[in-house]
Amino acid sequence: MNKLASSRPKTIDLINASLPKRHLSEKLFRSIGLISIMMGLMFLFMLFYGIVSKGYTAFQQTFIQLEMNFDEQLLDPEGTRHRDALSTVDYSGLVKASLGKMFPDVTDRNEKRLLYSLVSTGATYQLRKMVMDKPALIGQAQQVWVPADDEVDMLIKGHVMRDVPETERRLRDVQISWLDQLEAKEKLVLKFNTAFFTNGDSREPELAGIWGALMGSIYTLIVTLILSFPMGVATAIYLEEFAPKNKWTDLIEVNINNLAAVPSIIFGLLGLAVFINFMSFPRSAPLVGGLVLAFMTLPTIIIASRGALKSVPPSIREAALGVGASAMQTVYFHVLPLAIPGILTGTIIGMARALGETAPLLMIGMVAFIVNIPSNIFDPATVLPVQIFLWADSPERAFVERTSAAIMVLLGFLFIMNALAIILRKKFERRW
Amino acid sequence: MVACFYFGRRRALVVSNGDIRKLNSLPVYYGYYTALWCGIPAFIIFAFWQFSESAIITNLVIAGLPEDVTSLSKQQLNLVINEIRNIVNGNIVAGTARPEIAAAADRYRELQTISNIALFVVMMAFGLTGAAYALSRVDQQHRARNKVENTILVFLIACSTIAIFTTLGIVLSVLFEAIRFFQSVPITDFLFGLQWSPQTAIRPGQVGASGAFGAVPLFVGTMLVSVIAMVVAVPIGLMSAIYLSEYASSRLRALSKPMLEILAGIPTVVYGFFAALTVAPFFRGWGESLGLDISSESALAAGVVMGIMIIPFVSSLSDDVIYAVPQSLRDGAYSLGATQSETIRKIVIPAALPGIVAGILLAVSRAIGETMIVVMAAGLAANLTINPLESVTTVTVQIVTLLVGDQEFDSPKTLAAFALGLMLFVVTLILNVIALYVVKKYREQYE
Repeated sequence: MNKLASSRPKTIDLINASLPKRHLSEKLFRSIGLISIMMGLMFLFMLFYGIVSKGYTAFQQTFIQLEMNFDEQLLDPEGTRHRDALSTVDYSGLVKASLGKMFPDVTDRNEKRLLYSLVSTGATYQLRKMVMDKPALIGQAQQVWVPADDEVDMLIKGHVMRDVPETERRLRDVQISWLDQLEAKEKLVLKFNTAFFTNGDSREPELAGIWGALMGSIYTLIVTLILSFPMGVATAIYLEEFAPKNKWTDLIEVNINNLAAVPSIIFGLLGLAVFINFMSFPRSAPLVGGLVLAFMTLPTIIIASRGALKSVPPSIREAALGVGASAMQTVYFHVLPLAIPGILTGTIIGMARALGETAPLLMIGMVAFIVNIPSNIFDPATVLPVQIFLWADSPERAFVERTSAAIMVLLGFLFIMNALAIILRKKFERRW
Repeated sequence: MVACFYFGRRRALVVSNGDIRKLNSLPVYYGYYTALWCGIPAFIIFAFWQFSESAIITNLVIAGLPEDVTSLSKQQLNLVINEIRNIVNGNIVAGTARPEIAAAADRYRELQTISNIALFVVMMAFGLTGAAYALSRVDQQHRARNKVENTILVFLIACSTIAIFTTLGIVLSVLFEAIRFFQSVPITDFLFGLQWSPQTAIRPGQVGASGAFGAVPLFVGTMLVSVIAMVVAVPIGLMSAIYLSEYASSRLRALSKPMLEILAGIPTVVYGFFAALTVAPFFRGWGESLGLDISSESALAAGVVMGIMIIPFVSSLSDDVIYAVPQSLRDGAYSLGATQSETIRKIVIPAALPGIVAGILLAVSRAIGETMIVVMAAGLAANLTINPLESVTTVTVQIVTLLVGDQEFDSPKTLAAFALGLMLFVVTLILNVIALYVVKKYREQYE
């Protein structure tokens, strides 16, 4: 017996012998876990770095100072100061005259065209607005800052390099030399880009702004909120407080859970087939967008609201019922007020998701090129994420930084909404 | 309605002679009761009116049109009506239209005004009648509270059925259009065809307008992108979840868990931009240096970025299930001398496996339905390939390209998008149902 045991290796020795290997694999496993987390965080960092480094320059814009002579002969030869007459004058002539005066040695037709292309076509509208707002300007001279063309802007910001061969860039050498002259005279500077925040969409990158898309997003979200919040809360109250447990309520619950996981593009198909094709609502309208997003966020709000209602302890209900409140009074005066912070948190998170949603809105035609700022929920509009999608598709180099900047604005809004939800939760969270 | 509320409440006070203890319900309930009797009939009238107004006015206008217009075919008549409506809405300047059309538009506008006035009068009449009836019912014994509460309960039940109607709406709308599609293209061609080129001929004999609707390349493309995404997301997500729930100090956990979840909160269009402008050129340059030809719209770039998006999805779902494994199982393994990693691999993961699988299934359904990343970073060409370096297209990309822009609901091209949508809905639904079932079953084990 004893002999047998000694001929076999002892268990403890076997274990001891295997320990280094096992500890090594332990370390390996652990470091793989750590590396995974690091990779996740690295992706996050790369994403933010990529967007911020591409986009921060869009908050500035190159402006050129022009010596503008509001020539009465050109603008209003009859001296009537009539608005209709003033609005139809060729204001680009003013810009050309001013540029021609700055560079008197440019005489060749082709060169002149190159010179004029340095200034954005938006300068024309800017001048028209100045004159329309203040007709007294006519006949006077004034220094005016006008936006430069997007190619100029890209060169000044360093997105287009000077050392690439002339044939491979959009700006010719002469144009760059003119720009250098302007810069030396301090007539060409980078200033804060207010147009980006106040303009609608435009084909010209230097004039394109996010205000239209932002208003579209706001109108869409208002429709979504008005529809999904009461309906979601009502559903949650019914299922949590009143519903009997039967096949019907089971069916409702299964449906809600499934809708929460249906791809968002399917909701777009629903919106297209039902609201646009069948009910013939206006295309591209925030009304339809809001409806579709409301269906999409409804499950989120219902699930969050049920959680909040569930966390109110039964003792509250029993106490209310005990002093003679009806079931409905119990819910409305006692349970609901205690659950409201949780419901609001869930709603804000649902709204944040709706704000970032793109695919279903493509289906219902919110991808149109819309310059005007929408003023109600029936106007054609686009929303911020769709605007990002449209700009990301544009070939102009200058749209890359605008897209990144629009993403920064969108992420800013999402951040604020989520921070609000977290604060709300922290502040009103009650442990029973 | 506000006035009704006020009068109802005052009436209740009057019948009780100011002593509200004599009333069956609190005075406000009599107010609500009256307001509901005023508002609901008026609202029903309003809804009914809005629904039928347009058809009635159109018919009246058509009746007033000259003989040669009304004798036109149905489609041409529709065109005329559209023109009239456009003039009414001010989309077309009236001066350019034919005189009889302009006259019809005037008549349309006139009828609209009459209709609006009539609507207002009828609504007021019904509302006031309802309110008067309610007021006459108010007395000391009237059970106003119960009636108001029952109305609210009906409203709550109606809201809760919306989830069912939404599902029904999705199924019906997608199914009907898909059936119309399968009438022109046989379902077997759609499911098993190897050629996808959804151009339909505008004129007969057009080149490349064969209109092939074989969806296999799309399914393969979708699978390819999803598989790449899962290859990225599952190991990283799962290992992060294991590390966070088993190894990490509470400080690291508190810091990195929300950070990872930021990835889930970023809109997909942002990922699409990232994929198209940063990742795709990166892979392309990388491939060039290795002598590989990577397409600038490769499945690889779209898949990898989609994987990044799904990491937090996998990690938080697995984190939940790993967390739910009872501590006693771990303690048992430690007491037998297992190292921590052995415990995790041999005890915790097998115990949590059903939940993890369910989480991965949910993530796959997410990947299949994901749209913006592939629209922006994957291609449009329907290549039947499993080479991740080439450009592929997916179901969602095709839905978007088919439906953005032209909107004729009778061409197979548009209807094909609904058939694809039906496939997408069915597949994701099956995945979700399986996943939810597994999760539910698994959760009950340890509760």
